[in-house]
Amino acid sequence: MSTETIARYNFAYLDEQTKRMIRRAILKGIAIPGYQVPFASREMPMPYGWGTGGVQVTASVIGPGDVLKVIDQGADDTTNAVSIRAFFQKVAEIAVTTHTGEATIIQTRHRIPEKPLQEGQILVYQVPIPEPLRFLEPRETETRKMHALEEYGLMHVKLYEDIAKHGHIATTYAYPVKVEGRYVMDPSPTPKFDNPKMHMSPALQLFGAGREKRIYAIPPYTRVESLDFEDHPFEIQKFDQPCALCGGTDVYLDEVILDDRGGRMFVCSDTDHCEERREAGHTGHMSEEAAQ
Amino acid sequence: MYVAVKGGEAAIRNAHRLLADRRRGDRMVPAISLEQIVGQLALAVDRVMTEGSLYDRELAALAIKQARGDMIEAIFLLRAYRTTLPRFGYSQPINTGGMLVERRVSATYKDLPGGQLLGPTFDYTHRLLDPSLATDDEPEAPESRPQEDETMLRVSEILAHEGLIEGDGAMPEDHEIGDITREPLEFPMERDTRLQALSRGDEGFLLALGYSTQRGYARNHPFAGEIRIGEVEIEIDVPELDFPVSLGRIRVTECQMVNQFKGSAKAPPQFTRGYGLVFGQSERKAMAMALCDRALRARELGEDIIAPAQDEEFVISHSDNVQATGFVEHLKLPHYVDFQAELDLVRRMRREFEKRQTGDDERKEAAE
Repeated sequence: MSTETIARYNFAYLDEQTKRMIRRAILKGIAIPGYQVPFASREMPMPYGWGTGGVQVTASVIGPGDVLKVIDQGADDTTNAVSIRAFFQKVAEIAVTTHTGEATIIQTRHRIPEKPLQEGQILVYQVPIPEPLRFLEPRETETRKMHALEEYGLMHVKLYEDIAKHGHIATTYAYPVKVEGRYVMDPSPTPKFDNPKMHMSPALQLFGAGREKRIYAIPPYTRVESLDFEDHPFEIQKFDQPCALCGGTDVYLDEVILDDRGGRMFVCSDTDHCEERREAGHTGHMSEEAAQ
Repeated sequence: MYVAVKGGEAAIRNAHRLLADRRRGDRMVPAISLEQIVGQLALAVDRVMTEGSLYDRELAALAIKQARGDMIEAIFLLRAYRTTLPRFGYSQPINTGGMLVERRVSATYKDLPGGQLLGPTFDYTHRLLDPSLATDDEPEAPESRPQEDETMLRVSEILAHEGLIEGDGAMPEDHEIGDITREPLEFPMERDTRLQALSRGDEGFLLALGYSTQRGYARNHPFAGEIRIGEVEIEIDVPELDFPVSLGRIRVTECQMVNQFKGSAKAPPQFTRGYGLVFGQSERKAMAMALCDRALRARELGEDIIAPAQDEEFVISHSDNVQATGFVEHLKLPHYVDFQAELDLVRRMRREFEKRQTGDDERKEAAE
């Protein structure tokens, strides 16, 4: 694209009127934590379902002084993360980073960084289906009523049926949470491993669903509780082994297939976290240092 | 030794370079021009303008060329461009009664003022491949006739004289016409926004739903009251002037379906209407839209909602092909984090299952 063509777009692509509309939706979302605010989502130059909600939220809150990090599956170098990062470099000419600690805005798909977020940081989630009740009740007219009346019995019945059938809750990602004791919210398809990171986070958490035209938010220091039962408390995934590269435990791991004979290794899904640990001298059983 | 996958940026760059090459095709063959697409693939251009919600033949042709002929991709390109355009205002409603008509057919009257005009239609062509099109043979020049002085009365106006058909439909006094590109959809919808959504809805989806109503899923006895294709004037109000200013003409296809209606507690027996309006020439889309519009009026007319085509939330939520293709195709994005979580769960559940099985076997043996 020639520079003349770029010049025809506003800073961060969206026109200022649209940004104001989105900011109003964000402010409403912050005022009512966990509530899904309808907004007039725009067509973006990337497909619906590929992060258009997150991109619109980021475009509306980003300023020239911001430092942006974009991750998909925890990694900065997955193709869609690369594409979204390049988009903002092109239309907003902002600084980008892969380091969680340096970023002022982090747009993510499917993960929350391992490194605890700080005050002043904004985590923007890409959300495919914002409605946690959607798979129990497909109608928007019904689910909005259920939220309004705080009628979440159906969700508890579903979780209970899991326990009755399987002995435990068979939801591993997009695990529903209750925000500040009121709204049941979909945390986006992050693994339930990440749910506890949302609780009382010092960072602002914003959720954008472009195709479904919804924005919701968790302000800093908000209670976020994963739904559970007294006798079946919420549990996160545990891995049997540490990261093969950095030796990290208490992190979420990707399973990497090494050959066609069942050989596999487990490595950090958060690539930046893994790299920082290795730079600090940590090693795993398959890292280069260990091989020497 | 495992090396973390790097090089996403280079891979994307190379993929796009290859795409551009494949789009161009054989470089010994001249590239197709936008004029050729506008002139010779005109109905493809019309569909892209309709579902892309932007009336601009040249941009639609560019989108078709860039999309290598993939219609939904072209529609998507046009929509994404449309979003960035400034909004100057809203035009006056177009007056299809004053249309410069090129085609007009009615299935309800044998003859009517203005007559039946076939115009440029595929109807009654024998669908035999025409080998002469493989060469540059020029077709004959068309017959033409002088323009009629009188405007062609719409069939709905003819029926309205007898009071046998419902009116055009009025919105409440204080109702402002909605704009689905500026406000989020909310259900239940009013007919104004619903028609907007249907007009940009996927032709194939609406065709299938319209077809389903003919086969008994919410049958509503339609007659093609009138289909007209031609040019209408676009006028806009300018604050400084006390008359509307013409911006030019656009070509549209309008379909008025006339449907039997036995009456209900809310309305007397009369003919009701389904309405379709699209850019350019697309009868199939306009007719399918009209069938769907009528089916979706079930709630308003007090009919039982028993079929998919009558279910507003189902139809409108799934009619936009740009949204549909995005979400279906997003499944090819990486999902390893969630898949890992599911792998872990399935492995655990299998272990538990096997433990139960062996437990059962042992108990059985002990009992024997």
